[in-house]
Amino acid sequence: MIAGCATRRGRGSLLLRLGKTALGANAWLIFAFLYIPILVLIVFSFNDSRSVAHWTGFSMDWYLRLFSNEPLLRAARNSLVIAGVSTLAATAMGTLTALGMDRYPFRLRSSFDAILYLPIVIPEIVMGISLLLFFNLAFFPLLQALLHFRMTLGVPTITVGHIAFNIPFVYVIVRARLVGFDRTLEQAAQDLGANEWRTFWRITFPLLLPGILGGALMAFTLSLDDFLVTAFTAGTASPTMPLYIYSLVRRGVTPEINALSTVLLAASMGLVVISLVLQRRR
Amino acid sequence: MSDYAVELIGVSKSFPTSKGEQIAAVDRISLSIKHGEFFSLLGPSGCGKTTTLRMIAGFELPTEGEIRILGESMGETPPYQRRVNIVFQNYALFPHMTVYGNVAFGLEMDKIPSPEIRERVTEALRLVRLPGMEDRRPKQLSGGQQQRVALARALVKRPAVLLLDEPLGALDLKLRKEMQLELKHIQAEVGITFIYVTHDQEEALTMSDRIAVMSEGQVLQLGTAAEIYESPLSRFVADFIGETNFLDGELETVRDGLATVLVDGTLRLSAGSAASDLRRGQPIILTVRPEKISLHSRQLDGAVAGQIEELVYIGTDTRYQVRVSEGSRLVVRVQNSGSADQAGFRQGDRVYLTWDPAVARILVR
Repeated sequence: MIAGCATRRGRGSLLLRLGKTALGANAWLIFAFLYIPILVLIVFSFNDSRSVAHWTGFSMDWYLRLFSNEPLLRAARNSLVIAGVSTLAATAMGTLTALGMDRYPFRLRSSFDAILYLPIVIPEIVMGISLLLFFNLAFFPLLQALLHFRMTLGVPTITVGHIAFNIPFVYVIVRARLVGFDRTLEQAAQDLGANEWRTFWRITFPLLLPGILGGALMAFTLSLDDFLVTAFTAGTASPTMPLYIYSLVRRGVTPEINALSTVLLAASMGLVVISLVLQRRR
Repeated sequence: MSDYAVELIGVSKSFPTSKGEQIAAVDRISLSIKHGEFFSLLGPSGCGKTTTLRMIAGFELPTEGEIRILGESMGETPPYQRRVNIVFQNYALFPHMTVYGNVAFGLEMDKIPSPEIRERVTEALRLVRLPGMEDRRPKQLSGGQQQRVALARALVKRPAVLLLDEPLGALDLKLRKEMQLELKHIQAEVGITFIYVTHDQEEALTMSDRIAVMSEGQVLQLGTAAEIYESPLSRFVADFIGETNFLDGELETVRDGLATVLVDGTLRLSAGSAASDLRRGQPIILTVRPEKISLHSRQLDGAVAGQIEELVYIGTDTRYQVRVSEGSRLVVRVQNSGSADQAGFRQGDRVYLTWDPAVARILVR
């Protein structure tokens, strides 16, 4: 009996050890799966030759070349302008929508809420096609007919597209922040002599700010690396960064692309760090 | 200037229910609150006391009636233009501001020059005994300290009326007792009218100059602590304020304000201060407070005989339950003034109860 027990316990602890090892290995596998491709990409952006598979030596050449590549810089500027403008617009609209939906109960509010979330799950390609059709078949002809103004696809249409898909993300994040919002704080401010306007700027806005910033950063990142909607609304004249990289890849991958990707990665990581620091300070 | 700090004239407030009906939270209340008074709205939860307070503050508008502050009709005046300030039950301190920022907020809104703000904030924090806490965040303070900050934030504005919505509800018993006295001191020092909402009858009795006892949206009785405790006008008030005995009976005679009541068909009791419009044979309730009854071991003239069914020693007092007839029991509280072994009566003892007829009340059933 005693021996049996001991054996069983022995087998149990062996299984436990095996389980722990497997769990550890699983964690390492997942990290490897997620990050090795990115690591390889970064490493070869410093490669001394055109190869993206054989390491020949360290060099910063590809980065230097990057910063003297005119079309690339133009694409980067387009991307930043579009991301900046669409983030500002989507953040303002999304925040106001979230406040409105939170504050004013009305019939069918939950249906409207669902409709506002929906674009997050609508396939992006559908959104891209619908925007393209809207611009070409409705908006441009209308502009032409009413104001005799000819407009084509370009940075403005991309921006409008990005605002459209960014609003739901900002909305969702700010709305979540509003769930935990104590409205007696606003009443306290009003009681102390603040009118609605000052109550908003002194109390509501600062308390929602982490949510609003979170939403804005999300919007900025999404806009910066969007491909599908951009591709449909870009036309031919003004590519953004993702469109430009894609066009380069079609001609063959060079470490220049690795370098460019590394810069993008660093930039978005930087944004994430900034957002974390900002949120922690609250 | 008006004679009253706050007047409510026939004020009602109804809210729509989900079924589309209207429910009256406050039902035609009229109150006149004097300058410098410590006035309490006392009642169980859902009696409309907080709604009344919120209407005075301006967060809710009455569906009917009029509210005047310093004689001026408020109409739809927004909260930020009323000369009242409120201390919320959950304090509602601004979490993103320091203690200084919180207390200074109301003065900044009034565009007071900053040297004066600094002076008044320091003074307000001294008044609530929180000096040197200016740079703390609300989260770093204890519940009692947060409560004091909320008080300072409201008082620093020197309002005509300070509204307090169960401000001590979240504190533990000992701290609550301390704060009750302190609030009373602060009120005496600043001389501002306080309107205090509470469901705690002891709190209301301790602090108030006058109390309005509320139930189901109406004021049942208005008076000083002593008036309400000693002369309740209804069963609800008698029951809600302190402990009391109720005996159902019939009125036999009324002579010189002294009524004789027949309880259970056998027990004849007398009670004072009966209303004049009582009829012979009318069903009434006789109420007498437990501490107003004395216990004796010998038969006395006019005493009610009974038997001790149960006794509970509760420190300062001993609480006896005495059976006086088949269906009636009276609770008697006797102060333990002697030492413990002098405690007197035991379970099963035959005792005789007396009370001054003037302290027993007759209520219409």
